Amino acid sequence: MPSDYLWLIPLVPFAGFLINGTIGRRFPRVLVSAVALLCTAIPAALVAWLWITLKSAGAPETLHIVSQPWIQISGITINFAFTVDHLTLIMLGVVTGVGFLIHIYSVGYMAHEEGYWRFFAYLNLFMFFMLVLVLSESFLLMFVGWEGVGLASYLLIGFYFRKNSAANAGRKAFIVNRIGDFGFLLAMFLIVREFGSLDFTHVFDAITVNPGWHGGILTAIALLLVLGATGKSAQIPLYVWLPDAMEGPTPVSALIHAATMVTAGIYMVARCHTLFDRSPYALGVVAIIGAATAIFAASIGVVQHDIKRVLAYSTISQLGYMFLACGVGAYEAGIFHLMTHAFFKALLFLGAGSVIHALSGEQDMRKMGGLWRKIPITFWTMLMGVIAIAGIPPWAGFFSKDEILFRVYTSTNPLGKLLWAVGLITAGMTSFYMFRLLFKTFFGPEHEEHRNLHQEGALVHSSSNSHAVMVADREEDHDSHAHSVHESPLIMTLPLIVLAVLSFIGGWVGIPIAFGGSDEAKHFLEPVFAGGFENAGSHGLDYTLAGISIFAALLGAYVAYLFYYKKSRTAASLAVKFPALYGLVENKFYIDEIYSAVIVAPLLMFTRIFLGGLVDGGIVGGAGAAAGGVTKGLSSIVRRVQSGNIRSYAGWLALGAAAVMLVMVLGRAIWPH
Amino acid sequence: MVPTAAYLILAAVLFSIGVTAFLIKRNLITVFMSIELMLNAVNLTFVAFAHMWHQVSGQIFVFFVMVVAAAEAAVGLAIIIAIFRTRQTLNVDSVDLMKS
Amino acid sequence: MQLALFIIFGVLAVAGALNLLLQRHPINSALSLVVVMMSLAVLYWSLGAEFLAAAQVIVYSGAIMVFFVFVIMLLNAGEEERTHGSRAAYIVGIPGAAAIFCLLTFVFLSERSHLGTSVMGDYLNQVTSNISELSSVLFTKLLLPFEVTSVLILVAILGAVVLARKEQ
Repeated sequence: MPSDYLWLIPLVPFAGFLINGTIGRRFPRVLVSAVALLCTAIPAALVAWLWITLKSAGAPETLHIVSQPWIQISGITINFAFTVDHLTLIMLGVVTGVGFLIHIYSVGYMAHEEGYWRFFAYLNLFMFFMLVLVLSESFLLMFVGWEGVGLASYLLIGFYFRKNSAANAGRKAFIVNRIGDFGFLLAMFLIVREFGSLDFTHVFDAITVNPGWHGGILTAIALLLVLGATGKSAQIPLYVWLPDAMEGPTPVSALIHAATMVTAGIYMVARCHTLFDRSPYALGVVAIIGAATAIFAASIGVVQHDIKRVLAYSTISQLGYMFLACGVGAYEAGIFHLMTHAFFKALLFLGAGSVIHALSGEQDMRKMGGLWRKIPITFWTMLMGVIAIAGIPPWAGFFSKDEILFRVYTSTNPLGKLLWAVGLITAGMTSFYMFRLLFKTFFGPEHEEHRNLHQEGALVHSSSNSHAVMVADREEDHDSHAHSVHESPLIMTLPLIVLAVLSFIGGWVGIPIAFGGSDEAKHFLEPVFAGGFENAGSHGLDYTLAGISIFAALLGAYVAYLFYYKKSRTAASLAVKFPALYGLVENKFYIDEIYSAVIVAPLLMFTRIFLGGLVDGGIVGGAGAAAGGVTKGLSSIVRRVQSGNIRSYAGWLALGAAAVMLVMVLGRAIWPH
Repeated sequence: MVPTAAYLILAAVLFSIGVTAFLIKRNLITVFMSIELMLNAVNLTFVAFAHMWHQVSGQIFVFFVMVVAAAEAAVGLAIIIAIFRTRQTLNVDSVDLMKS
Repeated sequence: MQLALFIIFGVLAVAGALNLLLQRHPINSALSLVVVMMSLAVLYWSLGAEFLAAAQVIVYSGAIMVFFVFVIMLLNAGEEERTHGSRAAYIVGIPGAAAIFCLLTFVFLSERSHLGTSVMGDYLNQVTSNISELSSVLFTKLLLPFEVTSVLILVAILGAVVLARKEQ
């Protein structure tokens, strides 16, 4: 019975982390990879078993496991409890499946890296925490997973810890996430105060049995949860860490910052849909944030030069779509898009990693070109990914994105049509910049031979930011590895192929009835999101909206084709014509600088002057110095007793004896025994 | 017919004179002698109490005090002789090498 | 009779002690200490401790004080110099000594009714003599401490011999 083995799903990767983390340093690379892959394959297999069991007829819709009680205070009890329902199943499938593929890919990608064992240890640690997050039955356990994935993300972003930029990026990610976590914590406090428990079932049942309960404290809780979600899922205003997180190795970007960790916020909103449904205000906020983030990030992604940055902003934008979907109550659509996005975004990142690997570390698209013949497998798989994300049928991205746009258009939100328009424009922009990426990377004239910035004894093998091969001085020469542009090995291309296939067929489970499908995805999630949306009426609207979005996608692709394939000059000339606008967008609207000036700098000044100088130096340090000074003063007085003179010693002796006698006499008087 | 308290007060007088002599005198040997004076005062106290309680243990204690005082005097004076050999003086104030 | 004895020899003892305090030459102090010890021996005898009186004369004044006088003569100690090495001794010590004296007297005086009176010649035990009383305890119950003290004396002799030897 799978529920007996549910606890193995997170714990096996944790065991992998322990093994690789403690003694993996001395293992040969093969053994490290074997441990890591095994500890990812086992959960994947267990999840597959779970799927089979729960899809069979007569299976329960949810599984519960309650283990030992964890915290028991008067008034509240929290257990280590796991729950599996259909929503969890989808998340589990994505996390373990895509995770396993990325582990395989990493064996090839990180083959020449120092700290191989560390990488896989952290990766397994991440899997553990993510699985805890997904499986948890209570807010608190989810928060454990929430924090843990943030920790793993920090460790992995800063994997090349010798680079300042990487270390700073890791710190930035963690700190910005912390702000979101603050919201999550406050929400938990309010939940405890309001419901007396942190278990999902308890809280949601309390809400369900009270149908008239709207707004008020529920809005407050929901908004605080949204704050947490914006931190973890990189929405406005806390998205600034995700582009910097590209400092980490590319498989990390693929797994954590595309497919799984950043989706935790969406998952949380979907899990708490009962709560959110009672607060139209919070839902509206979610929708607006989602739409705004989508178009904002897309606009920045249009002019980025680093291949990974483009993908990062694309991720932020697509997460905005998912947020938008949840914001209009279309949770199933959001989760569906989460699934397909995991496929094609992981594919795109891994493909980008393959490109970077082929070019020995080059990440700037201005230095790429003409690669489609040289690295064909990478090219064809990335083409699948690009078409998928652009939203062209029958690739996966179309069905999920179209579903979202449809639901937004027909939602009860007063801004529905406006949000739909924003989503549509963003879809066009997405198609544009993704095809731009494709054309710039794979087509056009070949760039000059990539010189190896190979300094003797340098720590960074190349100019790349994320494929920095850290070599020790005595490493063997890398010339043979670096020079020619070569296709990646099979171990890297195999996951690409698998993901490409998934990007193609992955959407077919969600083909809406209008197009002749059975819309399995929605029905699958119906037990979770009860009271789902029913599209009564004609399918005419379906076709119209689908047609418009396909048109937008194709338009974006065509414009990219014009700019970057046919006439490679137009983009540059446009940039010259609007220098101010171009500069603004290229510098990410200076958001980082604004944050730094408005928030970070005053905070630093406050801490340095007030807390560091006054409190730490003055009060704490002063107290310490005062204690020392007093002791010194007293002791220099007392020191004079040690004169070496016998008579003075005798004098003090006499005085002491008199004092003792006095105490004895007086004591006898006070306590007459 | 003498009250026991009188013997005890006499002993107290002798003891305090011994303490004062210890504090005031500057010759090492005189200081040592004042210690002997103090010991004798205590011996007198013990004997007085032994007489009062009609027990012999006070006198036994005096016996042992005398033995120990003898041993102590022997060793102490030997030390004084050794000090005199090195420092050529018996002044208490000049034996202060232990000052901090 | 006992009162007269007590007063004479008590005053003698105190006078000797004061003389020890006031004399400048150590030999005078030593001789006054001998006077103190002799008068104390008489007082012991009046309190019924004959053996101790005898021991006081033989051991204390006859051996220890003679030893002191020998050392004074050996070292040719002259009159005391007038040095003031330490203020603390006077400022702290004298009041301390005075306090000790006052406290002791206070306690003894406040308890003088409980302390009773001493009867001269009141032997400890009407049947046996003082010395047999002493020895019967010393050689039976306190045999071990007795033997230990003899070892102590041996150690002291050896120590004194070693310490006072001329360097060779």
